[in-house]
Amino acid sequence: MADVTKSSAPAGAAANLVASGYSGLAPGEFGTGAMTTGARTQWQTVLRRFRRHRAAMISVGLFVLLVLVAIVLPWFYSYDHTYTGGDSFEEPTAAHILGTDQLGRDMVALILRGTQYSLLISIVVGVMATVIGVSLGALSGYLGGVIDTLVNRVVDLFLILPLVAVAGILVHAFAGSWYVVALVLGLFSWMTVARINRGETLSLAQREFVEAARALGAGTPRIVFRHILPNLTGIITVNATLAVATAVLAEAALSFIGLGVQPPDTSLGLIIQQNYAQFGGARWWLFWPPFLTIVAISLCINFIGDGLRDAFDPRQTRVRA
Amino acid sequence: MTRRELAQEKLTQEKLAPHELLRVAGLSVQFRTEDGVVHAVRDVSYSLGRGEVLGVVGESGSGKSVSSMAILGLLPGTARITGSISFNGAELVGAPDTALRKIRGNDIAMIFQDPMTSLNPVYTVGWQLAEAYRVHHRVSRRAAWSQAVQALELVGIPQPDRRARQYPHEFSGGMRQRVVIAMAVINDPMLIIADEPTTALDVTVQAQILDTLRRIRDETRAGIMLITHDLGVVAGMADRVQVMYGGTIVETGGVDEVFELPRMPYTVGLMGSIPHAGQVGRRLTPIPGTPPSLVHLPQGCTFSPRCPLAAPQCVVAEPALVEGGSAGHAVRCVRWAELAGMSDPQRLFLRSETGAGTSA
Amino acid sequence: MVPYIIRRLLISIPILGIGSLLAYLMVALSGDPLANLRAQPGVTESVISNAERQLGLDRPVLVRYWNWLTDFVQGDWGVRLGQGQARADVFDTVMRAFLVTFQLVLAAEVLAIVLGVAVGVLAAVRQYSLFDNSATTAAFIMFSMPLFCVGIALKTYGIELNNLLVNLGFERWLTTAGPRRGGYDGSVGEQIFQYTGTFLLPTLTLMAISFAAYSRFQRSSMLETMNTDYVRTARAKGLRPSRVIFRHAFRNALIPVTTLMSLNFSAVLGGAIITEIVFGWNGLGTLLVESVRQYDPNTLMGWLMVTAVVVVLFNLLADILYSYLDPRIRLG
Repeated sequence: MADVTKSSAPAGAAANLVASGYSGLAPGEFGTGAMTTGARTQWQTVLRRFRRHRAAMISVGLFVLLVLVAIVLPWFYSYDHTYTGGDSFEEPTAAHILGTDQLGRDMVALILRGTQYSLLISIVVGVMATVIGVSLGALSGYLGGVIDTLVNRVVDLFLILPLVAVAGILVHAFAGSWYVVALVLGLFSWMTVARINRGETLSLAQREFVEAARALGAGTPRIVFRHILPNLTGIITVNATLAVATAVLAEAALSFIGLGVQPPDTSLGLIIQQNYAQFGGARWWLFWPPFLTIVAISLCINFIGDGLRDAFDPRQTRVRA
Repeated sequence: MTRRELAQEKLTQEKLAPHELLRVAGLSVQFRTEDGVVHAVRDVSYSLGRGEVLGVVGESGSGKSVSSMAILGLLPGTARITGSISFNGAELVGAPDTALRKIRGNDIAMIFQDPMTSLNPVYTVGWQLAEAYRVHHRVSRRAAWSQAVQALELVGIPQPDRRARQYPHEFSGGMRQRVVIAMAVINDPMLIIADEPTTALDVTVQAQILDTLRRIRDETRAGIMLITHDLGVVAGMADRVQVMYGGTIVETGGVDEVFELPRMPYTVGLMGSIPHAGQVGRRLTPIPGTPPSLVHLPQGCTFSPRCPLAAPQCVVAEPALVEGGSAGHAVRCVRWAELAGMSDPQRLFLRSETGAGTSA
Repeated sequence: MVPYIIRRLLISIPILGIGSLLAYLMVALSGDPLANLRAQPGVTESVISNAERQLGLDRPVLVRYWNWLTDFVQGDWGVRLGQGQARADVFDTVMRAFLVTFQLVLAAEVLAIVLGVAVGVLAAVRQYSLFDNSATTAAFIMFSMPLFCVGIALKTYGIELNNLLVNLGFERWLTTAGPRRGGYDGSVGEQIFQYTGTFLLPTLTLMAISFAAYSRFQRSSMLETMNTDYVRTARAKGLRPSRVIFRHAFRNALIPVTTLMSLNFSAVLGGAIITEIVFGWNGLGTLLVESVRQYDPNTLMGWLMVTAVVVVLFNLLADILYSYLDPRIRLG
């Protein structure tokens, strides 16, 4: 796993120092002015490396665009997702840019709404998984002992019940509105994050700077939040993006088998479920737009995650020259 | 035949062999990175003979490790190597990997710095030693295993037969480094390059490791290149010393002479910044500033920004390596003669409260 | 090793116990087996209370849990209570479905691991080559596609391929229904034909995402190990590059992948459920959906317990494999 606190190899460290060299002082005069070194903070370095990852940059742009369109366009668009006034299965025309479905609903409106929900659910799930997973993982990794064993067993407990089953049962019981789906998915997505963070915390907790902090009298919360967590930002960010990406697909899958978001709410997965018989058929506008939207969202998030991973841990990237 | 007998026989055969093992001429290594070209090694030339211990001293980033890895062709593909490295008459720069592989671990062996990570954790120590042997000798597994056990015995590991079946994590740091040394000497190399072999170990273990290396040198007449930043290690082991700074050699000569009569301000600074017996009652005088960027090297002498003796002529061009007072003692400083004339050159580095030091 | 296994199994029992309690509470609170009965007009109170007593619903939840538990561990898993289903034995139903799913999961996971590891190693060794870039792109696309869409696509193309075969005079090859109950008949060749025809599409669907995950993970693991000090030592010994990569780097790079195996397993189970539904197999997937839709608590409990035990066993297996690969972790 990436260790973001390791200093780079000597060549890299030397290269990072922007030395101005001898700056024309008189002979024998040495001291403050002769050598200036400009270091960069970690975030600046990470940002700079991220900008080099072309796919990730494009994905950020695309994703932001998607989110903006999903949020803003419905206000200006002629139809909303409840509109059923069109003819059944209309082909794309000027009036309905992506045609209508069986109930006469406008596809664009449906997709916009579906995207909103899908994004909403996945981001909520991502946040939940990250918050729960990081806290439990870091605490159990740092404190060890009984707490660690307890958390591990709880993780085991959650792991033995498959997400799909539990989500299906609960969502079905509570009438599948989007927040139930988000809640359930979130409650069952934190385990991997917790395990990963626990492992990283374990190795960090043995480092000397933690001992030093303890020797200076820092208590557990201070050490965890001010010393350990900042060193985990790389892992946390990368895993958070992965959690969101997983959630997008998980929600779609749940909705597809009918155990996720229920009508009248909609989501991209539900739209596909209602139209999947159209794959390979003549009415392409019913299947491909929602499908491509999901793939686009998922792909963007994955690329962003990959770009972040490369940005935080450059050992695996090529030396560009 | 035991290892000892084998070594003796090899010695007799090679009494007629040339004394000089390694000759490096004009070696330069560059890396292309996202920040620019890193000049890790610049125009380095030296030689090493049988039974000789050459100490290579310098701070991090001085190029000492990179120049040694260049010998065996262990640098990453992004490195551009120019110059010449001649080993036993054969040219190593530009040689194909197949040729270099025959030499690696066989005629030239390397010992790396961190014994905790230098050994593969999933194979037993004996397995890794036997592998090192079988790469260069076509023997049965059993024969290779016995060689492995003998090698462990040679470096002073007790119960070698039992220990050979253990994994690296079951050894202490010092023991692990001995294993690494055993792996280096199992094929009786003519040249051993030890890159900071004792840095990761505590002092008592250090002494034992150095003892082991000395013993090996005595028994096999191998040449040893000892790379370190620890002057004490160099003083105790080396015949000659080579001080590196900013990617190139700034002073070289017999170890006693260089330590007692340093001719390069950097060497003076180095010696003044570590505590040793001669410093009792005196202040430590660290060298101010930081090592130069290997991407944007200072104009002229690379040490001039930090040098108390820096003069305008030092900035014009990098000084050449010239003989500094006696044969075999070379120095890269235009004011070495003045330095030679000082009685207490370390005073140059004293940071007095009234401001920067000046030339004496 | 053996004491470790025994200890693990012993610890699993309370975990499974608590898990079963949680599962029971969840299932019990999520539906009412008598819902349909209550909804029928003309049904009196006494009929309802009779039915409740029959099913034991008049007792408190924890008592019901205990009764269920004691019956369960003795092998009595009850009968299916869903609407419109014959009172089939839950144990038989669940086990039969499990065997179907198990075949699929095994085939898909083995293929995913073998292919994923191979591709990951090659991609790392030839970093940034055409192979690596294509493998990376393919992996990303596979990650980003919903599993059910992959299934739908393969199913549709499978049907088209079948039609093509028929037009060319051959038999249909790919079936999109589940494996036949009675097994396969005919000669070895015919059996292979039938077997691959049944399994090919669902296995491909299910392994796609796993394969992508393993290949990426193996690739980054390889890149890390190839930069370690001990690999540098191996090169300095004069070993051939292939030996350095396989004997030294790969052998170490494989270790973290086993942790991925256990983390991935739950996801694979979930994927199997989806795949079965797409392809209409009668395995655990369709069983789950049926039991949820028609609220069949006994089947749901049997289902959950079987999967829980499978997950526990699989994790144990993965941990044993991990300790075998990494001598620093000796389980005792």
